[in-house]
Amino acid sequence: MFEQTMFYLFAIVSVIAALFVVAGKNPISCAIALIVTLGALAGVFVLQEAHFVATIQVLVYAGAIMVLFVFVIMLLNLGPEDLEKTPRFSRLKGAGGIFAAAGAALLAWNFVSYAARAARVGPGFGGLAQISQKLFTEYIIPFEAISAVLMAAVVGAVVIAKREL
Amino acid sequence: MVSTSHLLILSAVLFALGMAGVVIRRNVIIVMMCIELMLNAVNVSFVAFARQLGSIDGHIIVFFVMAVAAAEAGVGLALVIAMFRHKSTVNLDHVNLMKG
Amino acid sequence: MDYTGLIIVAIRCVFMLVFILSFLPVLIWAERKGAAFIQDRPGPNRADLWGVRLAGLIQPIADVVKLLFKEDVTPRNVYQPFYKLAPIIAMSVALVTFAVVPLADVIHIGGRDIPIQVSDLDTGLLYILAVASLGVYGIMLAGWSANNKYALLGGLRSSAQMISYEISMGLAVGVMFLLFGTAQLDDMVRAQGANPLGWGVASVPGAIAFLMFLVASFAETNRLPFDLPEGESELVAGYHVEYSAFKFAMFFMAEYVNMVVAAGILVTLFFGGYQVPFVSTETIVNHAPAVAKIAFGGAALVLVALGVVAVARYRPGKFGDNRDREPIVVAVLLWVVALGALAVGFLPGLVPGIPGYTDLTMGTILATVLQVGTFAGKVAFFAWFFIWVRWTLPRFRYDQLMRLGWSYLLPIGIFNLVLAGVWVLASSRWSL
Repeated sequence: MFEQTMFYLFAIVSVIAALFVVAGKNPISCAIALIVTLGALAGVFVLQEAHFVATIQVLVYAGAIMVLFVFVIMLLNLGPEDLEKTPRFSRLKGAGGIFAAAGAALLAWNFVSYAARAARVGPGFGGLAQISQKLFTEYIIPFEAISAVLMAAVVGAVVIAKREL
Repeated sequence: MVSTSHLLILSAVLFALGMAGVVIRRNVIIVMMCIELMLNAVNVSFVAFARQLGSIDGHIIVFFVMAVAAAEAGVGLALVIAMFRHKSTVNLDHVNLMKG
Repeated sequence: MDYTGLIIVAIRCVFMLVFILSFLPVLIWAERKGAAFIQDRPGPNRADLWGVRLAGLIQPIADVVKLLFKEDVTPRNVYQPFYKLAPIIAMSVALVTFAVVPLADVIHIGGRDIPIQVSDLDTGLLYILAVASLGVYGIMLAGWSANNKYALLGGLRSSAQMISYEISMGLAVGVMFLLFGTAQLDDMVRAQGANPLGWGVASVPGAIAFLMFLVASFAETNRLPFDLPEGESELVAGYHVEYSAFKFAMFFMAEYVNMVVAAGILVTLFFGGYQVPFVSTETIVNHAPAVAKIAFGGAALVLVALGVVAVARYRPGKFGDNRDREPIVVAVLLWVVALGALAVGFLPGLVPGIPGYTDLTMGTILATVLQVGTFAGKVAFFAWFFIWVRWTLPRFRYDQLMRLGWSYLLPIGIFNLVLAGVWVLASSRWSL
């Protein structure tokens, strides 16, 4: 009961904040709304026994990626006024929005019937030990590949953003 | 115990919102935020399925998704800064050189 | 529902809050008195309650009252929602970080295991890093919403600085992670044991990690020598330039809470946390009567001696008002507290109705009290270290700060991580 209440609370908060992200005028407000969404989703993850994922969600998404976003918005000093000079809902965009909403409805309709019983999970599920065990044995090659991707991203970001090398 | 279908519906709704944002918004930073939103929606369903199947693999995929999202945000924001430097705008409609 | 469990959790939360917040006035006092001591002047010594000044300890009370009742000026062109949100974020994030730090060993009472911390998370260290990384939002939002170029510059600086030093902090913490093989702070403290030679700082990679963590925590708390976000000679007051009254007080308190939290994590990772040096929890519980007599008797002796010192400073007619009587009042207070300590140390077991320290519950409670006291003492030492450094070192220039973070600390941290791996491998092979 407690778990369900919390889940609906987090879900509603995340959806409302996501709406703000999509419809907000001010980029900083959008970023803060996205942070709220991410935080609420971290709560959802905790309820799904994904403790490590929830922590990493806050650490990486809210703590690093979104700081970067806010930093760039502040650096470029984007206010609401130099936004959206084109009309916000041209016909094409409206169609896109309707299409997306219809897709969501379709997806959701599919999932309503999807209510198989969840497996019983042991203690320590989603904890640090289990994840690292698997990450460093079965998934070691993707893990190393990801480190290469991140390295390439760092170098690429410096090359792109630096005025002169 | 929340049933998996509820999580999947949440995931679908968030994904659709993100997608609508990508289509509707023209501010490149907000478009990127909407992409992050879509990635997170996918993460929700990974976590839901990991719980449903009692296997940890979904969590590891989420870990990878986050790493890729971090890389994407880094490069993407660098691009935004470069773009702002050249065009002094972050509006995607003004960056249409490819259209000729 | 398990209401007893809920109540215990609530008590733990309140205890944690009280523990942190009770540091604040003392730290503010120590900051002002320490600054005065280093600059060779008396420092705050005027504010008094009925003549009792407690060497300036009354001053923080006066400060708080002033900040509470001052007019709260809100500039016209600030972005209201974030302007109001920012101090709340700064303060609450600072407080929440402490939730996983254990203040004492787990106590077993009435068939329950009660950890003396809010939550004993499996991912404790990652939690600390995660929540600490949120602290930057308070400063960034304050800087952005104030609609002031100095504030914006301060916010930008602090975000760049905090992101940069978070990496070094993460690397330092990662080393401790490797050395102890767990991320749970409780387990880490238990693994360190009561012997100072087993503490985190007592190995080569641990010592390097300690230095890195110390430097990074100065940057994370935005204190001198890294207080560029609020460097008053360049940015007026940086991110909080447009704040006044209690909103300013929130930022001010958040800084001190951050100090306590940084010192607490430092102590937990590198200096044995709540462990009383050379005296393990088992020793305390097994020899409870003797330990109680030594600890409380010693405390009473110190208090009595302090009282004697106070009485020796009694000069009738020096001020000609209530302040003349202050040494006597202080001495009597100290002696009363000393009597109380003696009573706590020696009476249980003698008075009917109160079990003696041979009782297991009393023994655990004694261990908890001593460990919380030890932890507070260690934290106070490092908090004092923060103050000491603040009034000793000059401010870094911004490029120096960034160079220190990226081209010195980061390579050292990566090297140290490799070293720690080798260290762990070697010590498991040759049992060093």
